[in-house]
Parts: sequence; C-alpha cells; structure tokens
Amino acid sequence: MKTEPRTLFNALWKGVILFLLANLLFAALQPGGLSRVSVYNSIFPGRVRLPFGENIQRSYNLSLYDLDAMFASLALRPEKPAGEFRVLVVGDSSVWGTLLRNDETLPGQLDALGLTCAGRKVRVYNLGYPTMSLAKDLMLIERAAAYQPDLIIWPVTLQSFPIETQLESPIAAHNRAELAALAAKYGLALDTAGLPEVNFWQRTIIGQRRALADLARLQLLALPWAATGIDQDYPETYTPAARDLEANTSFAGLSGPDLPADALAWDVLRAGMAAAGETPVLLVNEPILISRGANSDVRYNFFYPRWAYDAYRAQLSGLAAAEGWAYLDLWDAVPETRFTNSAVHLDAQGVGLMVELIAPGLTCER
Amino acid sequence: MGLTHILVFLAAILLARLLFRPGWYARAWGWLLLGGSALAVFWMQPAVPIRNFDFYFPTATLILVTLCWAITAPAETRRARENWAAGGVLAGIVLIVALTRYLGLEGLLTPTRPPQTIIVLAVLVAAAVISLLLARFTRPGPRLVAAAVALMVLLFVLLKTPALAQMAGGALRTLMGQEAALAKPTDLRWLGFSYLSFRLIHTLRDRMIGRLPAVTLREYLTYAIFFPAFTAGPIDRLERFIRDLRSPAPLQPDDLAVAGRRLLTGLFQKFVLADALALVSLNDTNAGQASAAGWLWLLLLAYSLQIYFDFAGYTNIAIGLGRLLGLRLPENFNHPYRKPNLTQFWNNWHMSLTLWFRAYVFNPLTRALRTRSRLTVWSIVLISQTALMLLVGLWHGVTPGFAIWGLWHGLGLFVHNRWSDWIKPRATELNASPVLAAVLPPLSTAFTFVYVSLGWVWFALPDAGLAARTLLRLFGMG
Repeated sequence: MKTEPRTLFNALWKGVILFLLANLLFAALQPGGLSRVSVYNSIFPGRVRLPFGENIQRSYNLSLYDLDAMFASLALRPEKPAGEFRVLVVGDSSVWGTLLRNDETLPGQLDALGLTCAGRKVRVYNLGYPTMSLAKDLMLIERAAAYQPDLIIWPVTLQSFPIETQLESPIAAHNRAELAALAAKYGLALDTAGLPEVNFWQRTIIGQRRALADLARLQLLALPWAATGIDQDYPETYTPAARDLEANTSFAGLSGPDLPADALAWDVLRAGMAAAGETPVLLVNEPILISRGANSDVRYNFFYPRWAYDAYRAQLSGLAAAEGWAYLDLWDAVPETRFTNSAVHLDAQGVGLMVELIAPGLTCER
Repeated sequence: MGLTHILVFLAAILLARLLFRPGWYARAWGWLLLGGSALAVFWMQPAVPIRNFDFYFPTATLILVTLCWAITAPAETRRARENWAAGGVLAGIVLIVALTRYLGLEGLLTPTRPPQTIIVLAVLVAAAVISLLLARFTRPGPRLVAAAVALMVLLFVLLKTPALAQMAGGALRTLMGQEAALAKPTDLRWLGFSYLSFRLIHTLRDRMIGRLPAVTLREYLTYAIFFPAFTAGPIDRLERFIRDLRSPAPLQPDDLAVAGRRLLTGLFQKFVLADALALVSLNDTNAGQASAAGWLWLLLLAYSLQIYFDFAGYTNIAIGLGRLLGLRLPENFNHPYRKPNLTQFWNNWHMSLTLWFRAYVFNPLTRALRTRSRLTVWSIVLISQTALMLLVGLWHGVTPGFAIWGLWHGLGLFVHNRWSDWIKPRATELNASPVLAAVLPPLSTAFTFVYVSLGWVWFALPDAGLAARTLLRLFGMG
C-alpha cells in the first residue's frame, strides 16, 4: 500500500500532540502511586536494606532518590505479624553495612540472635542509608513510624551533626518538599529554601525521565538480587581507613577548643527523637576508629580532631541525660583493627562487639 | 553505534534530503554517501589503548578497501576517471580528520588527538603508490585474489585470537613507544572489521569465480563502509547494493514511513529492551552467584532475549537509516525464536551471515565432499554442518567458548537433519491425530528455544569451564 504524504503528516502531528498531552497529564497528576508499585515482596523477595549502589552491574543495586520506591522494595511491610517485636535500625553507612553482607550488619547480627521480648520474636530491620546527615535520618524515622516499630535503634556519629552537612545527603537534597514539611513541623533551622525546587516542566515525563528510569531499573534488579542475594559490590581489596593522620585540627570550619552548640544540628536530633512518637528510641554513639598513628595525639581519625569529638561526646551525653533518652556511648568499644575502609565502617567481628553491647539494652530475654 | 551516533546520522540524513534538489541526486548523492561513510568510520571508532590507533584503524579500513578494489576491478573500470576523484575524496577526508589535531577538536571526529600530519601524509602516499601499482600492473587473476583472501583471513584470525591479538598489540605498543607488557587481547578494537572482512572476502571470492559486477572505486568503497551497516551488519551483496546505489532518488513518503517504523522499532529494541535486559542477563559474574537452578534459567532467558533485541534492534536501525538514504539493506532477523526447529532458526537468525557462510563455505564444502569422496550422506551432512557452525562460532572470536557454541549448533543441525529424514514418512500419520497436530508445533518451538538458549551459555560466558559448570547447574547438578 502506498503511503501518502498527508497520512505521514497526520501520524506525525497526532503522535506529537499525544506525547505532549501525556507529559502535561503526568505533570499535573503526579502519579505518586507509581513509586509504590513494586515487584519486590510480590514476584521477588524484598530487599534487606535500602537500595544504594554505584556499580549497578556488580552490586545489582542502585542509588535513587524516590523514598516511596525505596521503601516499597524493602522486605518490611506496614502490617506487623502477631508475635513480632519489631526493631528498626536507622543510621548511616555503618548501619547499612558497607563491605558487609546482610547477615554481618548490625541489624543482621541483632536479628540472628533470635531474641524474644515479652514472648514476641524480635525481628530487626535495616533502615540505614549511606551518607551522613541527621536530616536524612529524620526523614527515615518519620517514615519508619508507618511500620509499627516497637523499638528504634539510632546510631549516630559527629560527622552527621554539622549544620552544613544536613542537606548534602542526596536523599535530603532531592526530597525538598518532604524535608521542608519536616522542618516546618519540628521548627528546624534547615535552609530548605536553598534546595532545588521542582518546577512544572521538571514534573513532566521528560523532566522525570531519570527518576522513571531509576524506578524501572530498581524493579529489573529484583531478579539478580533474588538470584544471588547480593546487593553491593564487594571489591577484592580496598584502601583501609587512614591511621596516619594530618596535623590539621579543624572541624567543620572550627578550630576549637570550643564546639559551639549552634554548629551542630541538635534540633534535628531532637526532631528525630520526637518523630519516633511513643516508640522507644535507643540512641547510640557509634564506635569510631581511634588511631595510634602519626598525629593521633591531635586527631582520633580522618574525620575527627580530638577536641571536637570530645566536646561532641560531652554535649551528646549531657543532652541525652537531660532529656531522659536511652543512650549508649560506644565510641571506643571496638579496637582499631576492626575498622575497614572508613573510620566508622566495621568488619563483621567489629559489629559483633557492638552487638554484644547493644543486645542487653533491648531488655529482652534470650 | 551509540544513541548519539544514530540521532546525529538521522538529523544529517534528513537535512541532506531537505537540501537536495531532485536534479542533484544523479550527480552528487553517491559522493555524499561516500564522504559521510568515510567520516562516520572515524567518528564511530572507539578509543584504543595503543597510541593513535583510533586514527590508524579507520585509515587502515579505507586503505584495505581501496587495495581490494584495485585487486578486483577489471581493467576498463580501473581506468575510469571517476576513480581518481574517489581516491582524492578519500585522501582529503583522512587529511581533514588528521588536521583536527591543530584545531583542538579531539573527541569530535576521533577519540584522541590524531597523529602528526607528516606521518599521515607518508601513510597516504604509500597507500596511493601501492594501489596504483596494483591497478596498473596486475590483473584480477585467481592467484592474486586468492592471496588477498588468505591475507584477509590471516588478519581476521590475528585479531580474533586472544593470544595472537595480545602479541600483535604488544608489537604495536612497542612501535608506538608504549610498554609492550601492558598489552591485552582487547587492545585491537578495530571497529567493524568482522563485517568489513566478510564483505571484502565476498567481493574477492566473486571476482575469482567471475561473478563480481564491475564497480568504480566510489561504489566499492560506499558498499564496504556504508555507515548504517558498518558496525553490526547486515552483510549485503555488492551486486544488490549497487542496484540501489545507482538509482538515487528523492525521498518518497513510503520510504519515510518504512524507515520511521524500522527506526522506532530498532531504537526501542536496542535502547529500551536490550539495555534493560542487560542488567539482568546471564554473565560471568552472576553465573557463579545464582543460588538456585531456577534463577539461572531466568538469567539465561533474559540473555536470550537481550542478545536478540540488541542485534535485531541494530539491524532495524541500519535498515531504517539505509532506507532514508535510498538503499534497501537485506533483512537479518525474521522472528527466529518462533521457529519450530534449529534449521529454521538459522534460516532466520543473522540471515546475511548465514547466507554468506552457506555461499562461501557450506555449498562448496558439500559439493566437494559429494564429488570427491565416498562418504555416506549422513556423514557429509555431519561434516559440513559442524564445519559451517564451527566457523560461524569462530567468526565471533577464536576461543573455546565460541568453538563449542558453534559445535553445539552444528550437532543440533545434524540431529535435526536426521530427525527430519526419519519423521518425514511418518508425518501423515502424526498429523492425523488432532491432539498431536495441535501440541507438536508449540512444543517444537519451545524445544528449539531451549536448545538455542542453552547454547548461549557458551556464548555469554567466555570461560569454557564456567560455562560447563553453569550448564550442569541449570539441571541441578554441580
């Protein structure tokens, strides 16, 4: 059949109009439910930790900013089975478990203890996410409330506290509306106005192409995740955390010896505790690498000069005592040989030492 | 050929079609195709670890094609004045690309800075002298052509055999003042050589048997390096290609409609389906990590679909771009996974390659075995099928994995051939049963698909040991 030029022209302009309409409709309706549609927990098993990964081909995982899609991929359902004592562990990469297999992470090892609590089986879930920011942790705790936790464990470290790092986590930076709502709700001094605002055109299919592609990729990666149980790239070798340190003693633009209270996001910490509502929270000061190498007289490790970290510990324990929070300071609980590629990343045995100290705090019988 | 290449090609073709007046086609369209293809050969060439070889490989492509033309062209065609113009255009393009080194345009036409112009000039002069000597003092006799075929095969083996490629890479590194010990088998990334060599061997072989049409240097070059089909086929035949090339015409609505459909289909197959499936396809990492046979089957299924959509997608794109340029490239895929047996699968998978092998390997070999030996029919079928498929496997790379993949299909074709002979007299009986008549076709298709998919294990996993272990694990063993 011969094609007439007019037929071609008609097909072309109708196609363009339909595409434009689809884009406008998508931008206007913003089908948020799309992110909650997931092949995880239905066709394929849910993930044990939140999606995060740089090397998609080797980790069968990827980093995306869509919290709905991330939570939908987790093996954690809002409905809690009868007889389950649900513990959620929120935090940074040390909780998520960089270089650790799922059964080696803090939540994994706590879960494997097989604890019971008032006759209920303790199930521990990993809600850690790499990047250090209390604001990011607050966003996760706020969402965690929907999952009926009986206890939240919240390991923190000083690097998550500086005001200027709060919005640097991609999760915080790409969820401006959600973070702004939290800032308003808890009266936080976060400059969310500085975060990029999503305009109408960025809400179209074209504007959202990266987010939509990430969403599709996350669903596809369910297959290799289910087939292998692998969700991060485990390199054969890695650069160990520095033991020999620079003589520099500054921290977050401060040179000490005082650490002004307004330099750290204490308000975000308080908001996190408040966001848990009636759910008890165990606040933990994470173990850090205490170096014995060059310049270790002025610094504990790559992240922390001694003066800043000591001041932070004092302020945190003081605040916890004043607020009556359950608080565990594990800063020196793990020997430096048990740290891997960062001053806060532990190997499996290091996590095991941490578990021994946290488990009794669950006040449950074995 | 990445998405950027395709979109730029598309825009350039449409622009050329818009600018061209009907009267210009006869005079200038062919030259535009030659110039565009020569530039595209440089532009599409990926970076090479050996210094300047992302320039020298495309240059070598153009020189090799010119030399093959000089060998195959009959005397009267060699004398045509147009050939001087074609040579001049070619040299001019190489020089223009070389001169981009002075404009700071690295990455525009070549991935890295082209070599010094004086060296490029020397290479061009040497190539021109050799081409002229060949054109002036030789005749396309069987010895010369056979020697050219042998050289082409040797070059092919050198590039496709990992150990040899590593040695050659080491030698080239030394030549360029680089550390030879760092050479890897993958260093010699000569874009499009697999397809180019088969097009050239086709012309050389057809010259030997007197079937090659007389074509000018411009036509021969355009056929060999036609950019839509340069990297992933299909492998056209020269006599068919020049029919279209010699009758350029303004774009018709039909061409636009067909090309648009093929391009959209191809882009979707390659950049949506195949690229998405690549994330979940069987590979040398996940093959050893999969925890159960069921998961391995799913990964293998994903690979089977990925390799089809990848290849069929590129073919559709090539056919679509070709149609926009006024050339109807041959089909390469015709729903191969829907075929009920392995013979039909190979009649519909990478059709232009299988036709090539059938014409230049299978048919001559079968003829020779029939006439010069007292072998039984079944042994002739066994030898010719396995030899054919072994060569198809080795065309992808001279490695144990590709060889076993070829043998897998060769033996499969042989078994199907014997089965067909056995079942033929019983077909009426079988078809009489409505149940069997309804069940057998889908079962045959499923069985063929599974057999082909299991063969892909050897193709997807370069380590033959890992492939063997994976095959065992697919059946719950090992």
